[in-house]
Amino acid sequence: MINQIAVFLENRKGRIGDCCEVLKHAGVNLCSMSIADTTDFGILRMMTDDNDKALFYLKAAGFMCAAVPLVAMQVPDKPGALADILIALDKAGVNIDYLYSFAGAGENAHIGFKTNEPQKAEKVLTEAGVKII
Amino acid sequence: MKIYDKKTETMSRRSMAALQLKRLKEIVKYAYDRVPFYRKKYDEAGVKPSDIKTLEDIRKLPFVTKSDLRDNYPYGLLAVPVSDLARIHASSGTSGKPTVVAYTKEDMEDWTECVARLVVAAGGRSDDIVQICFGYGLFTGALGLHQGWERIGAAVIPASTGNSERQIMLMKDLGATALVATPSYALHLAEVMEKMGISPDEMKLRVGMFGSEASSEEMHREIAEKLRLFPTDNYGLSELIGPGVSGECEYKCGMHINEDYFYPEIIDPTTLAPTDGSDYGELVLTSLTKKSMPMIRYRTKDITKIDYSPCKCGRTTARMAKLKGRTDDMLIIKGVNVFPSQIEGVLLGFSELGSTYQIIVTREDYKDKLEVKVELADDSIVGDYGALENLKNRIHHALRTVLQIDAKLTLTEHMSLARSEGKAKRVFDMRKY
Repeated sequence: MINQIAVFLENRKGRIGDCCEVLKHAGVNLCSMSIADTTDFGILRMMTDDNDKALFYLKAAGFMCAAVPLVAMQVPDKPGALADILIALDKAGVNIDYLYSFAGAGENAHIGFKTNEPQKAEKVLTEAGVKII
Repeated sequence: MKIYDKKTETMSRRSMAALQLKRLKEIVKYAYDRVPFYRKKYDEAGVKPSDIKTLEDIRKLPFVTKSDLRDNYPYGLLAVPVSDLARIHASSGTSGKPTVVAYTKEDMEDWTECVARLVVAAGGRSDDIVQICFGYGLFTGALGLHQGWERIGAAVIPASTGNSERQIMLMKDLGATALVATPSYALHLAEVMEKMGISPDEMKLRVGMFGSEASSEEMHREIAEKLRLFPTDNYGLSELIGPGVSGECEYKCGMHINEDYFYPEIIDPTTLAPTDGSDYGELVLTSLTKKSMPMIRYRTKDITKIDYSPCKCGRTTARMAKLKGRTDDMLIIKGVNVFPSQIEGVLLGFSELGSTYQIIVTREDYKDKLEVKVELADDSIVGDYGALENLKNRIHHALRTVLQIDAKLTLTEHMSLARSEGKAKRVFDMRKY
């Protein structure tokens, strides 16, 4: 399991930029970022090289944010690799709320996802021979 | 133009005053004898029905406010047994419970007569087909106007509200000659008509009676131009009777008050001292005949002034100016009374929310829009989109239940809404009249 930071953002001009500026001054490096387009508010999800520090500075700057754990895995960078894993999870009855990829070293793709049953998910992944981060 | 009740509506000021005094004496005694609320109030103020010897003596009597109706919910102000009632209506109150108003058979008759006078003053005729676009239900507007138009012999289309395309189709196909609506809805209909490619020439509309929200002369000019009809304003409030208190005639120089039924006073809203009515102040009304629930010196919170000079139309009844605003914080949104305290009450019920909020009222395409912005209390659910959506839905539903109208709800970041020093400014009414 790894942590991501979720930041509640009103749909207001420049809010994502404001948030990144805080991290810049804190000297925190971003590994990944994801936000969906919604009408009046959104949740900016991100991974950094120092989540605790990022959270501390973001809260100090008045952002509403929280650490949310994700199941993270390395997926071989080839066609169908992710499909096989997701099908296995689905067969085991693991629901995925959302997922996104993040930067990491090596040839593999790095994927993090949110589920209500992380233990069960990790068990399925281990059985399928997927490397968990 | 015709006058519905020529004898009363053109009566000399002296005869009107005599009639009002006779009725005032009767209703004060009636209320004192039958309603414990009035007896207690008058005993405490040291005033007896026999102290009313002139019309000015009304000033000795204490005021009645909307909170008195709320405190005596539902039947505490009745002067008759419930079995004598013929109709019960209600309007939204400040605290979840509605404000209940009731009518005896006699009251219903008076109400109908009052509205019939306004209909004729507005230009209504027995050969008219009137489309009533007010919500039928507990709201007094729809049924009040309905009865008045029926009384003068017109045919009524009880179209109610909603589905503007269908409203226009009915209006066109059935050949409606008169329209009853809120002025903003009338403008909305005009716009939909334009989008549907229907010209006002294809309609037979000639008169429009607009009420249940304040409107300006400019708005009326726009309605007249777009719908090709003669618009008039009318006024009423459920606590007194509903529509039927006053309405404009063809000269549009103030709303003629049915003074034999409603005795008007203007007071200074800060000192509560009565004035001669020539300057703007708060309107106080007394129902002179109402048998079910007499309202004596009811503070309407509406700001207007009164002109007692005779009108060119021949009527001698006093005319009240178009409303200039209110002395309390009540908002009228889509014709529905909304108090900011109702919204606050709902928001405080959610532990996920902070205590800072804003109420924003706008008008788009001639339709009122209510938006409520509220801050989240803490970080506990900020990472969970589902929980946030669920919270939004629950608040929306709770607001809808209390207000009877839909509000757009916006969740905002903690500390993002402007704080003010001193009295918080929470209500932003951006509508232009």
